[in-house]
Amino acid sequence: MTAPDNLEKVLSRGHFAVTAECGPPRGADPESIRRKGGYLKGSVDAVNVTDNQTAVVRMSSMAACLILKEAGLEPILQMTVRDRNRIALQSDILGAAALGIRNILCLSGDHQSFGDHPGAKNVHDIDSVQLVDTVRTMRDEGRFLGGDEIKGRPELFIGCVENPFADPFEIRALRLAKKIKAGARFVQTQCIFNVEKFARWMAMVRDLGLHEKAFVLAGITPMKSPGMARYMKNSVPGMDVPDHLVERMASVPKERHREEGIAICLETIEEVKAIEGVAGIHIMAIEWEEIVPDIVRGAGLKTRPQEP
Amino acid sequence: MIVADRKPFDEIIGMVAPCERILLIGCNECATVCAVGGAKEGALLASQIRMRRHTEGRPIEVDEKTLERQCDPEYVNALAGTMDGYDAILSIACGCGIQLIAETYPGKRVLPGVNTRFMGITEEHGIWAERCQGCGNCVLDRTCGICPITRCAKSILNGPCGGSQDGKCELRNDTPCAWQLIIDRLGALGELDRYGEIEKPRDWSSSRDGGPRRRVREDMRI
Repeated sequence: MTAPDNLEKVLSRGHFAVTAECGPPRGADPESIRRKGGYLKGSVDAVNVTDNQTAVVRMSSMAACLILKEAGLEPILQMTVRDRNRIALQSDILGAAALGIRNILCLSGDHQSFGDHPGAKNVHDIDSVQLVDTVRTMRDEGRFLGGDEIKGRPELFIGCVENPFADPFEIRALRLAKKIKAGARFVQTQCIFNVEKFARWMAMVRDLGLHEKAFVLAGITPMKSPGMARYMKNSVPGMDVPDHLVERMASVPKERHREEGIAICLETIEEVKAIEGVAGIHIMAIEWEEIVPDIVRGAGLKTRPQEP
Repeated sequence: MIVADRKPFDEIIGMVAPCERILLIGCNECATVCAVGGAKEGALLASQIRMRRHTEGRPIEVDEKTLERQCDPEYVNALAGTMDGYDAILSIACGCGIQLIAETYPGKRVLPGVNTRFMGITEEHGIWAERCQGCGNCVLDRTCGICPITRCAKSILNGPCGGSQDGKCELRNDTPCAWQLIIDRLGALGELDRYGEIEKPRDWSSSRDGGPRRRVREDMRI
């Protein structure tokens, strides 16, 4: 077994981790991913590369991960079950491991009706819990889902996502338990705007002892404008943006919208840091990656642990 | 039952454009129950076609028949001898019936008058809803009688996904989240702990993924 990568070391040694999201471009130019990576380098422990986020066709997550890795960043490969069956998924898991990508985040993916190919045929051969279980089986048992032995096991740090704000709320911690039972060791949450509800979810997570079995990274998204706040509140499934935040964004003059969004974001980080069991933050600055260093600095997290 | 929609009238008119004489065949089973392909709908459609063609100055002759079942050779074979002289057969049964007519009468042009949609139930008068995808390996014992394969947009077996809100599917707020229904029912039965069990990847070979399916009951063969 090879040594764990940075993110796993940072988390397992008890440091407060910082990850950020990076969306690949809608084209074949590698420069935009390098540019975004450049913003994030030195400010975060690892970078999530989204997998055709919102079901919109983008450069493949695996290719973008490799570009970031070559630029000296640690990538987290996002993998959705929407677009690939178990044959393609397992093939990509092997490919990622062979390229030295050590972190994988398993998720369902947004339904294709929200994307740029709403008439597409989706796959959903397996679900996200089963994908977590698949990666774990490949790594720990050295065999494919079909039962055959793997020559050269993939060494991967397995993550999952959970949305504390989706319904039914009462099973959201149980659902995380299921993913952890399947093999997830870190979890990144949906964007947190309703901290009170997130805290209630974390209490359920602690009651089940899940914070001791997996590292919970709280999802953070800076809002750019009142329009964005309203859009996320009204149009993004599973997003919980309280009215007072929308009103607060709208209450400041236009030239101060971004400043206010960052202020809210920093307050949220302070609040979630104080919640027992939160092991780090995951910053999703959608198409605003250049702001991540300011957020990390503002939150007093700029000095990242240098793990040998 | 199999639920179907009638095709847009202009599409049907376009399909029969080259014809001067057609036979319109309905079905007395599902297509009748879901009010697209019974004798009544057949008569209405035949009249519409005649009137449109009349106004276009290109009259068309439309004869009508409604079979007891259009997916059964017993009834479809009985049409033999009455098929001559038609430029096309317009079927308003489900896709099964349309195909059996085409298989049985290979020399005939067979046209679909409906779009076959799904297997479902009548929720209330005028509302039908999908309930089964015929995947051939039923999980309803483990999901409280609510099918996540059919009723979850992502067919999640360990659901719900992160988009479920207020009990509704993220796709449409008039569609219940299948997993909300399952969780509610597990709760009501006092069996919520069963939710913790991980449902393993399915064998889809019993579904469409195993190729076209065929069932043989030797004990019933003559």
